[in-house]
Amino acid sequence: MGMYNETVMDHFTNPRNAGEMENPDAVGSYGSPVCGDMMEISLKIEDNVIKDAKFRTFGCGSAIASSSVATDMIKGKTLEEALALTNKDFVAELGGLPGAKVHCSVLSEQAIKLAIYNYAKENNLDLPGLEGFDPDAEFDHDHE
Amino acid sequence: MRSVYLDYSATTPVKNQVLAEMLPYFNEKFGNPSSLYGLAFTSKDGITLARARVAHLIGALDTEVYFTSGGTEADNWAVIGAARAKKEKGNHIITSKIEHHALLHSCEFLEKEGFEVTYLDVDEKGAVSVADLEKAIRKETILVSIMLANNEVGTIQPIKEIAAITKARGILLHSDAVQALGNVPIDVNELGVDMLSLSSHKIYGPKGIGALYIRKGVMISNILFGGGQESKKRAGTENLPGIIGFGKAAELAEQNLAEHIETLTTLRNYFIGQIKEKIDGVTLNGDPDKRLPGNANLTFDYVEGEAVLLYLDIKGISISTGSACSSASFSPSHVLTAMGIPIEKVYSSLRFTIGDFTTKEDLDYVVETLVEVIAKYRALSPFGKENQMKSAQSCACQGYECTGCDCVKKG
Ligand SMILES: Cc1ncc(COP(=O)(O)O)c(C=O)c1O
Repeated sequence: MGMYNETVMDHFTNPRNAGEMENPDAVGSYGSPVCGDMMEISLKIEDNVIKDAKFRTFGCGSAIASSSVATDMIKGKTLEEALALTNKDFVAELGGLPGAKVHCSVLSEQAIKLAIYNYAKENNLDLPGLEGFDPDAEFDHDHE
Repeated sequence: MRSVYLDYSATTPVKNQVLAEMLPYFNEKFGNPSSLYGLAFTSKDGITLARARVAHLIGALDTEVYFTSGGTEADNWAVIGAARAKKEKGNHIITSKIEHHALLHSCEFLEKEGFEVTYLDVDEKGAVSVADLEKAIRKETILVSIMLANNEVGTIQPIKEIAAITKARGILLHSDAVQALGNVPIDVNELGVDMLSLSSHKIYGPKGIGALYIRKGVMISNILFGGGQESKKRAGTENLPGIIGFGKAAELAEQNLAEHIETLTTLRNYFIGQIKEKIDGVTLNGDPDKRLPGNANLTFDYVEGEAVLLYLDIKGISISTGSACSSASFSPSHVLTAMGIPIEKVYSSLRFTIGDFTTKEDLDYVVETLVEVIAKYRALSPFGKENQMKSAQSCACQGYECTGCDCVKKG
């Protein structure tokens, strides 16, 4: 019928973890309005575990649904576990996205990595999962 | 749930009277108009009447109207046919950046054949400047093609003023009137055009049928080859029911024109007024006055258009982001971009187009729903007055063509 499956539509119409957070331990924002999508994420972190996550996203239905599902998936995970998640995991959890929309899930992956990167830098943490992560780098992702 | 269609610029439903006239031509009066028996003459008579009705709507002679498979073919034929017919005279064509892709892609094709094309800019209201156009004319200029009204923002172009210039210079003038037909009064002689593209499905007729008006005495090359239909100018057995339907739709459009314009303009202004009153951060794109009666193209700051479209769809409301075509080709509107609208606002723009079956109650429902959806997704947006975003970093499209929420592999 529509362009998205029921899971995607559910996350789009009832996004989980939407909004701002008071005194977050880590924040990351990725994308730009010029590109048509942008995600901002804030995390509460205790003992290396993500206790809470909130997001705000400017973007189409799949960008919002990916943000919702990604924030849900990282809650309760250790930083290392969260860093191991990729956009493919978010797409799988959503039960798939149309080809041209898969990139929207990359937005969530990058925003999460960026938030953890900022956190690690501030707290002088050495996280193996961040090796090679450069917030400004051209990254080459498999969009399939 | 209420169902509200506000995408009349994409296409319109076929009116009952139109459908009723078409039906016998599928299975009773089905004869091939080129054959030589009674059944065939019935078909031929049907086409003659339809042609007269379409011609009358635009003030043309019956013999100046050639049926095509739609607006796209009419645009292709006009530009490619005229360019090839005039290539001894010159190789330069002038058009605008806000034309329909049927026109722009025909021009790009001609560029590959060695023609040179100037794509004129438009002002912030989406209008072509007559002075710019005059400056762009060279001695090699053989054709000017500027649409009568734009499909995305509805801006009506100064065709009459342009015609005064092209006529004085002996340059052919084509105009795509697909959106204007049935929505603004059209008289080909008053406008001074040499060719005019028309389409049936925007005026409550069937899809897949349109026409090209070619002024008597203007010779352009054929682009379809085969039988001698349409006075040997457009080969192929006629789309008989389509032509009959287009003719009836044209007749109705002419009868209803004044009332149609008045009703739609009133409804449209009411709609825009209600939205602006109830939602802040809304801008009307295009020209407030010189615009198609049913068109409201609006920017809702800080929310992404496709997300709003998707939510409205759940609520039974059908609208469009850019044109129907651009939403399938995943790129930000070339029209809004050409008008100088900042790209982030282009992504926040929506097109609502009102038509003959739209009621005030429909519009009230849409406004009410919009209030809800805009608030919902603005609350989710990292942009906004209180939500001043931290400076944005990189685009997740890196390595890909950046086209909003959709990414296309480069190259
Ligand atoms: C301005 C304009 N020109 C051309 C066309 C193409 O017409 P058709 O759909 O009949 O091929 C359209 C409609 O999509 C249009 O809006």
